Amino acid sequence: MSETAKLTYGGAINAALARCLDQMPETLLFGEDVALPGGVFGVTRGLRKAYGERVFDTPISETAMLGAAVGAAMMGRRPIVEIMWADFMLVAFDQIVNQAANVRYVSEGRLAAPMTIRTQQGNAPGACAQHSQNLEALLLHVPGIRVAMPVQAQDAYDLTLSAVTCDDPVVVIENRTLYAGAKAEVQIGGPVAPIGGHRLRRAGADITVVTWGAITSSVEAAVDATGTSADVIEAVWLNPFDTEAVLASVRRTGRLLVVHEANLTGGFGAEVVARVTESGVPLKTPPKRVGAKDTRIPAAVQLAREVLPQTDEIAAALKAMTR
Amino acid sequence: MNQQLADLHAMWRIRALEETILELRLAGDIVGSVHLENGQEAVAVGACRQLRPQDAVFSTYRGHGWALARGVPPEKILAELLYRRTGVNGGRGGSAHFSAPEYGFYGENSIVGAGAPIAVGAALAAKFDGSGRVALTVFGDGAMNQGGVTEAMNLAAAMDLPVVFVCENNKYSELTPINDMVRNPDLSARAHALGIPAVRLDGNDPAQVAAAVGLAITTAEHGRGPTFIEAHTRRITGHYIGDAQTYRPPGELEADEKDEPIVRLAKALNPDKQQEAEEKARQEIAAATERALAAPLADPSTAREHLYV
Ligand SMILES: Cc1ncc(C[n+]2csc(CCOP(=O)(O)OP(=O)(O)O)c2C)c(N)n1
Ligand SMILES: [Mg+2]
Repeated sequence: MSETAKLTYGGAINAALARCLDQMPETLLFGEDVALPGGVFGVTRGLRKAYGERVFDTPISETAMLGAAVGAAMMGRRPIVEIMWADFMLVAFDQIVNQAANVRYVSEGRLAAPMTIRTQQGNAPGACAQHSQNLEALLLHVPGIRVAMPVQAQDAYDLTLSAVTCDDPVVVIENRTLYAGAKAEVQIGGPVAPIGGHRLRRAGADITVVTWGAITSSVEAAVDATGTSADVIEAVWLNPFDTEAVLASVRRTGRLLVVHEANLTGGFGAEVVARVTESGVPLKTPPKRVGAKDTRIPAAVQLAREVLPQTDEIAAALKAMTR
Repeated sequence: MNQQLADLHAMWRIRALEETILELRLAGDIVGSVHLENGQEAVAVGACRQLRPQDAVFSTYRGHGWALARGVPPEKILAELLYRRTGVNGGRGGSAHFSAPEYGFYGENSIVGAGAPIAVGAALAAKFDGSGRVALTVFGDGAMNQGGVTEAMNLAAAMDLPVVFVCENNKYSELTPINDMVRNPDLSARAHALGIPAVRLDGNDPAQVAAAVGLAITTAEHGRGPTFIEAHTRRITGHYIGDAQTYRPPGELEADEKDEPIVRLAKALNPDKQQEAEEKARQEIAAATERALAAPLADPSTAREHLYV
């Protein structure tokens, strides 16, 4: 039975987690400060109280947390682990890349690792270099790991459910600047969608803009400010990535711009451009990427602004490409 | 000035710096996450007064006071947090990730536990470079559960490297009590298990910390390898600015405030002298703040410099 509730992005994730814990007794929810304190961003508030021991706090031991998730998942549990910042998963990358990603494949499907890693990434004003990175491309380079990146509250709800229900390891990358944003009407309790797909945020004729993550709102702002007739495709799922939808759009518009907050080199934008150009879809102008400069992220707000993609840079790219 | 008075003054410098940073953060001059060490000053003060110029300190994000105690001028720390050109890293490090190697402060770290292996590397270099350097790394109770810290301790032990591991046990890792996250609350037992001499002491007493660090340096200097110090202390502020601290049992903060190192040491000293120590510290920090605020902001056009040689 589907109903709607007014929820923030963080509240929508909380609602999805509550539903998972409620309807799937095999789920476990754990991470640093998630249970008794309810999460450093308050996203898991109330879940320990409601679901007891299946929701628990862990030591600051990312390797043990993720490894325990792999092992519990192999035995039929459905762990949901919070890694407070994507930057911190790097201390335990082995458990994602060498372990979780290999479970199904190497065992010829005899084993599976149905686990969800919830994390959040990106810069926020004043954040240091070790709390600002956009690391999705590292994960997208790893076959065997699914990656989702919700921006709107509805997607935060839906993608969390799809991720937890998925029988493979999924990383859901959230964004801390969104957690406590405005409330939106969120459909809760509806059917769980399979993983995959995209969201069309603007529909237009002259250019296809592919984007993901919190920077989607800058893309929308740039499209609106320049009055560009653009398809804005938000790739809420990056693995599986909806290549067909992008190709269909570019076939109509003949132009492709990809925007991400991560830095350009080796970013997933390069993969999107490669897929489109390799497909042979005729392009009226060379494809373009807008992303962060290839450098570290400085803490100083005025320096970070220089490094990270800004709305005016996206607007300039739109104008130059559609002129 | 006698030692107790010198320690009190050194702790007041940190307290005044942290209080100023709090004001600047609340006023919006500083943005983002800021971690203060109010209540934990005795550890930095006791440890740093034993260090020699050639020694290297590796701290965490809770490192403003360690930098100050190590000799970094307050103006340069404040300018860093205020994103000024004159900051120790021109605003690139910010509150949680700055370094000032020219003062023997090799930096804060915002990845829990990551400083420990790097300190071991600084000690490894000392084995070959004739510097006589001892590396001191400080981290929290929670960091003890990060695998890299144990790896670092074992490597230092196996190679007899000159490292001082200082664990500031303030009872909490962020919002979670350490005792809920370990079975054995004696964290120093892990060092013992690795063959590292280890002490647990009152980290609110700078004299005890100084004595232990002094001994650790002597041990390291004689080629006898690392020492582990578990310094019990309390932070009398949130984990970060804005932490509502709802995880604290009622009355805990009030009790901790009565036993914090400044209050405690002040009891032993002549009231006029203590007031003088406080005022001198406050004046120094106020003047430093004024100069830091007056300095130009770091120039955005430099944002891409220094990535490679
Ligand atoms: C690898 C890693 N995991 C998690 C965090 C988030 N985090 C920052 S501080 C902190 C608590 C650290 O506690 P403790 O080591 O006791 O140091 P304290 O803050 O009490 O000084 C946590 C979990 C992090 N920065 N790095
Ligand atoms: Mg602690």
